[in-house]
Amino acid sequence: MALLNLACSKKSCRNRSVPQNQFLRLTVALAGNPNTGKSTVFNALTGLSQHTGNWPGKTVQRAEGNFYHRNKHFTLVDLPGTYSLFANSVDEQVARDYICFARPDVTVVVTDATCLERNLNLVLQVMEITPKVVVCLNLMDEAERKKICVDVELLSSELGVPVVATAARSGRCLDKLMDAIDDVASGRIKTSPRLVAYDSEIEQLVQKIELKISPLVPEGLNPRWVALRLLDGDRSIIDSLQRYLREGKNSSFHWGEERALCIR
Amino acid sequence: MYQVSSHGSLNNALDEIYGSLPPEEKNALRDRIAGGIYSSAERIAGKVVSRKGKQINWDQKIDDVLTSRCLGIPVMLLLLGVVLWLTVTGANYPSQILASGLFRIEDILTGLFVQAGAPAWLHGLLVEGAYLSLAWVVSVMLPPMAIFFPLFTIMEDLGYLPRVAFNLDKFFRRAGAHGKQSLTMSMGFGCNAAGVISCRIIESPRERLIAVLTNSFIPCNGRFPTLIILSTLFMGGTVAASFRSAAASLVVVGLVLTGITVTLLVSRLLTKTLLRGEPSFFILELPPYRKPQVGRIIIRSVLDRTLFVLGRAVVVAVPAGALTWILANTFINDLSLLSHAAGFLDSFGWLLGMDGFILMAFILGLPANEIVLPILLMSYVSAGTMVEPESLAALHNILVVQNGWTWLTALSVMLFSLLHYPCGTTLLTIFKETRSLKWTLIALLMPLSVALLVTFTLTQAARLLGLA
Repeated sequence: MALLNLACSKKSCRNRSVPQNQFLRLTVALAGNPNTGKSTVFNALTGLSQHTGNWPGKTVQRAEGNFYHRNKHFTLVDLPGTYSLFANSVDEQVARDYICFARPDVTVVVTDATCLERNLNLVLQVMEITPKVVVCLNLMDEAERKKICVDVELLSSELGVPVVATAARSGRCLDKLMDAIDDVASGRIKTSPRLVAYDSEIEQLVQKIELKISPLVPEGLNPRWVALRLLDGDRSIIDSLQRYLREGKNSSFHWGEERALCIR
Repeated sequence: MYQVSSHGSLNNALDEIYGSLPPEEKNALRDRIAGGIYSSAERIAGKVVSRKGKQINWDQKIDDVLTSRCLGIPVMLLLLGVVLWLTVTGANYPSQILASGLFRIEDILTGLFVQAGAPAWLHGLLVEGAYLSLAWVVSVMLPPMAIFFPLFTIMEDLGYLPRVAFNLDKFFRRAGAHGKQSLTMSMGFGCNAAGVISCRIIESPRERLIAVLTNSFIPCNGRFPTLIILSTLFMGGTVAASFRSAAASLVVVGLVLTGITVTLLVSRLLTKTLLRGEPSFFILELPPYRKPQVGRIIIRSVLDRTLFVLGRAVVVAVPAGALTWILANTFINDLSLLSHAAGFLDSFGWLLGMDGFILMAFILGLPANEIVLPILLMSYVSAGTMVEPESLAALHNILVVQNGWTWLTALSVMLFSLLHYPCGTTLLTIFKETRSLKWTLIALLMPLSVALLVTFTLTQAARLLGLA
């Protein structure tokens, strides 16, 4: 419910007034496919009560909350659930722009252990934007019930980022998730994402474009990813980049917020 | 300066590269890039996932029934009927208790005002205006909400909403709208403002706008209690006592169906006129069924939804109640302002099967639809000379005996409530989402014309046929 979300963000504003200087403040983005229990993870970590529901597309707005772990202050941002970051719809664009331009310290991708393959598409796309990724393999309780086994260690080494198996509904292993978030944020764990290798023709094109644009792409943005999006023919990334260059340095500007529906 | 030039050259480089790719190539490249990601995901998943033994797929079996071609929609209506029946049956008793309690407090308050020697206008404004409308809102709205919201949330938590969307998808596509509109429409049952925001999941701006504009044809949680109460009072009265709740629920199910039908018709009309285009293709995921967390649902739906909607109703109802009292007690030529206004609207209201007071209540209820009925009762009570109602049983008395309501009045009010403009919050949300005054105005006027048309036609037809 829209208005409830407002109520929640008000609450988190209050939390933010906790003395800040004694904590290191870090931002964590929560991405994931719809209906993987993202909001449940969000609520469990922040103690907030963002409305949860079992249907895809429930969270279309960004919600923010805070949690403290190992004496650090984490701001958790719940992004809209999306299947990809191709920016087909407003919610996908919101999620992509946030990860890409707001540059959170860590991006947690919440995945559904019962249908991992589809969820991995998003994980792979997020890893192309940022190496600071933690995969939260959620709904493990459901997977166990359906007799589905996931080799967590192997998955972690295949992806090159930490994978934490959780069951957010019962709060299982969420402390491990927080540990992993902190480890990646602080650099204690060095992630080395294994990126998707495309066919040779695309790789060559990407290299060519990358070479051309990398001196121009603003710091912190991954030129390979920008090159890929250009190859995609994704016009919206150009718009977003231009907006970033224009307004991004302005601290009052918030990335990943909704864009108006423009029809005249 | 350096930055400015660097932006310029980046923009140029981007545009140059973007422009240098031939369009056919772009589509092919996009597919190949997506294909690269999918095949990587498939490879990794194949390595790390294993299944132990065979498992009966219960979700699939349940879905075979709930989303089947012939059973899907009857089951959906049955579930809606059961939820409404539970609400109607369950709300009756607590309503009585709340009403008698709250009206007793009014007596106590009056006593206190008299003791303190407060002027009559102060007592009128605060007690007969503000407090009384608050008492109506709480006693009329709270019990149905406290039962309906948790039931609705349980259905939502189970994962039933996407099934509803799945069942309705083909109708929406036939209407030229996006299939996902069935999902945003289902969200409208909770709150139209939330429904409007959820339209963001629709990719095409044209189809998104259709979904935004038609969302308010679905009765939101704020309007359900009004529909439930009126159908209990009027439609239930026509059958034997033991079937009353069932009959009332059937009427509300019928109203919901009317809302869905109007949504489809208007969507169809919009795709043929203002927002022309072809429906786009999409994939709807049916999430696995999950065991609802019942305890949590009850707490959350009571705290979040019930208290939220009630709180909003109270915030609007208190000043609206005071305003109604002022209007009812400011006299010009021996007639109160309220009666003047109602008299002015009366002949127009009569054409629609309603009266001037009802139309005034709908106008005053613009900020929040949930206060329409309470405000109406307030104005009836303050305009008449009747004694204070003792309990909700007096409701029937106020409407039928004192103000001459018939089944036609009740049905017209229910249809008008179902179809008229969205509440102030929803309109504000529509403005925020579209950033267009024009579309916000259309979102206000288009449903209003539909409501006027439907109630006018119904009333004239009923009178012509001598039914009322």
